[in-house]
Amino acid sequence: MWTELLLTLQDANTQWVLFGSILLGIASGVLGSFALLRKQSLIGDAMAHAALPGICLAFLLYGTKSIGWFLVGAALSGLLATYFIQAIINHSRIKEDTAIGLVLSVFFGFGIVLLTKIAQSENGNQSGLDDFIFGQAASLVGNDVKVISGVAIVLLIITFLLFKELKLFTFDRQFAKGIGLPTSFLNALLMTLIVSAVVIGLQAVGVILMAAMLITPAISARYWTDRLDRMVIVAGTIGALSGILGTILSSMASRLPTGPVIVLSATMIFLISLILAPNRGLVSKGLKLYKIRKKVARESVLQTMYDLSEEASQSDQGLSFSRDQLINRRKMAGRTLDSNLQRLKREGHLLMPSEAKWRLTGNGAKEAYDITFNNRLFEMYTMYEMKFAHLQLAANETWQYEAIPKSTLEELKQLMAVHERTPKLDPSHFEKGGKYYSSRTQSSTEKQRKKEVKSS
Amino acid sequence: MSYGAWIILTGSLVGVTCGIVGCFLILRKMAMLADAISHTVLLGIVLAYLVSHSLEGIYMLVGAGIIGLLTAFLVQVLHSSGVQSDAAIGVVFTSLFAFGVILLSAFAGKVHLDVNHALMGEITFIPWNTLTVGGRDLGPSAVWMLGSVLLINLVVIVLFYKEIKISSFDPAMASAIGIPVMFIHYLLMSMVSITTVASFDSVGAILVVAMLIVPGATAYLLTDRLLVMLFISAGIGVLSAVGGYYAALAWNISISGSMASIAGLLFAITFVLSPRHGLLSKLLARRSIVAEQSS
Repeated sequence: MWTELLLTLQDANTQWVLFGSILLGIASGVLGSFALLRKQSLIGDAMAHAALPGICLAFLLYGTKSIGWFLVGAALSGLLATYFIQAIINHSRIKEDTAIGLVLSVFFGFGIVLLTKIAQSENGNQSGLDDFIFGQAASLVGNDVKVISGVAIVLLIITFLLFKELKLFTFDRQFAKGIGLPTSFLNALLMTLIVSAVVIGLQAVGVILMAAMLITPAISARYWTDRLDRMVIVAGTIGALSGILGTILSSMASRLPTGPVIVLSATMIFLISLILAPNRGLVSKGLKLYKIRKKVARESVLQTMYDLSEEASQSDQGLSFSRDQLINRRKMAGRTLDSNLQRLKREGHLLMPSEAKWRLTGNGAKEAYDITFNNRLFEMYTMYEMKFAHLQLAANETWQYEAIPKSTLEELKQLMAVHERTPKLDPSHFEKGGKYYSSRTQSSTEKQRKKEVKSS
Repeated sequence: MSYGAWIILTGSLVGVTCGIVGCFLILRKMAMLADAISHTVLLGIVLAYLVSHSLEGIYMLVGAGIIGLLTAFLVQVLHSSGVQSDAAIGVVFTSLFAFGVILLSAFAGKVHLDVNHALMGEITFIPWNTLTVGGRDLGPSAVWMLGSVLLINLVVIVLFYKEIKISSFDPAMASAIGIPVMFIHYLLMSMVSITTVASFDSVGAILVVAMLIVPGATAYLLTDRLLVMLFISAGIGVLSAVGGYYAALAWNISISGSMASIAGLLFAITFVLSPRHGLLSKLLARRSIVAEQSS
């Protein structure tokens, strides 16, 4: 297999195609990243389709196949299409996706009309124009590849030079405008860059699959990093890798068309990213979720034990509870409860004083008290969320009372007392093993509440 | 019936069937999902052939229906795992399409379908491919297929009109009053898939998108009522088909391409001239407000 691979790679034509696919992959990965972040992934698809009439018109006017003129024609009709899409969105109630689909299909239909006109024009040169729809990477000749590489390199240089401006423009258009960047110029420039990438890709992978080259490497790169500069590099690398893989695989099997194989290689890399990427990948997300579930289940068993003990202590009852009492208090799956009870017992947080009854140990009570205290503070926070808006908690942050500023913590504690949610059972009590009833805490809460009522 | 009449009938059936289904897609902001499905049905057709070894319409419908639903499902899965929706559509349809093209070229000798034909359609051949039952010639099979798909679509729409309507305009309310929103979603997706595959032969995969989106979008600019929109959209579909046929005849160009172009032209006219939502009426309204204020 390796010798076969080496033989294939020694073929000059394959080398050209490989070189072209790599540069194409890099350019479309880089530009696709910008399109993706601006939520315009499908613009690439639209432009790839909309380029067809431009290419046909260029052919009709110029008379022969010339990738340079095709580029100009395609760029012009691609830009015209984006202009139409914008106009339809701005001046009617038609939404973006409908506008894209509408312009895309009408332009393509008109392109097909022109294509049939060309087919009739008795021009010996029209054969091969079909390749612009389906792509024919294997038929690329040295000259095509030179143009593809030249354009791809120019695109990359422009992107590199204007990286800062494009980045600002992509993330915050208003701000970019505010500091005096020519946003409408940048918009047109970005569109031109994308159209150019599409056009050079058409010959290699065709209209429809060029859309994939803009979307798939970029969305895969998004899984690996949060920073635009890295994302652009990763997307370019993935694009190049897909180009290499696709070219090699299709040159080894006789009937595999290069373009679709390049696209499927990109899809494979996307699937790998989707599943395995650190932080965002499905595996790592699943693991995180599993850990959180486990932690929450353990904490909720402890808190339920505390809640029950607290109640029982108020009415001078024992502090041991059966499994059913726990389940009645807080709905959870029986199996989860059992495994957590066993686990907490191993950790020394729970003990079984009698058959089928559970009781908190001193250590367990300390932790349970802490958890309950923390959760009840959080309850107060959610009840008075507007009042504590200055804490600026991010939605995915876990609530930890140690991190709250002292004055705010006092405020929360007072509220907790007003609502009679202060944990009333001192954890130290469990070590003595006796019963506990805090009249002091109770009466102070009572006083506090009366004060509050008066003042309000 | 004459050769031309059959083509016009086929085109009109495509126009009506696509026009009606397209309205719902536009209202539900799923136009690009139609684009995606009309590409991926290629895979459905190739797979259906490889499984059944026949080019009978019914196998194609089943294959396309399954792949259409798969497309919608995969997009949903990716979207719910955090991929933004346009990128999810892009990744799914291009991969499935690429897979379809690979299968097609790998079995090119055996499958009687070439990519060219699949994408651009060949409505001119339709009258030759007739359905014969018991030795009697019943007319082009495409007409029968489109007719039955139209019938199926109409039955589904009549049966679920209220549910589809509510879930199109207000999905939150629909799920609140117990309408199975997901079921309606996939029902619609199956309608799109079978409509696409039935129209596939005549106008080709990509131009189905034009017939699905453009008449509906035009109708959307002309009325605020769903039922009226459905009728206008169907009418514009027929108009594009008939106009496209005669334009193609006059200039000797691709029929499906000229159907799409005529549809685009009709949209452009409506976009400028629509009485309430048109560019011109808005301009006039603005001018009269300015005149009022200055007087």
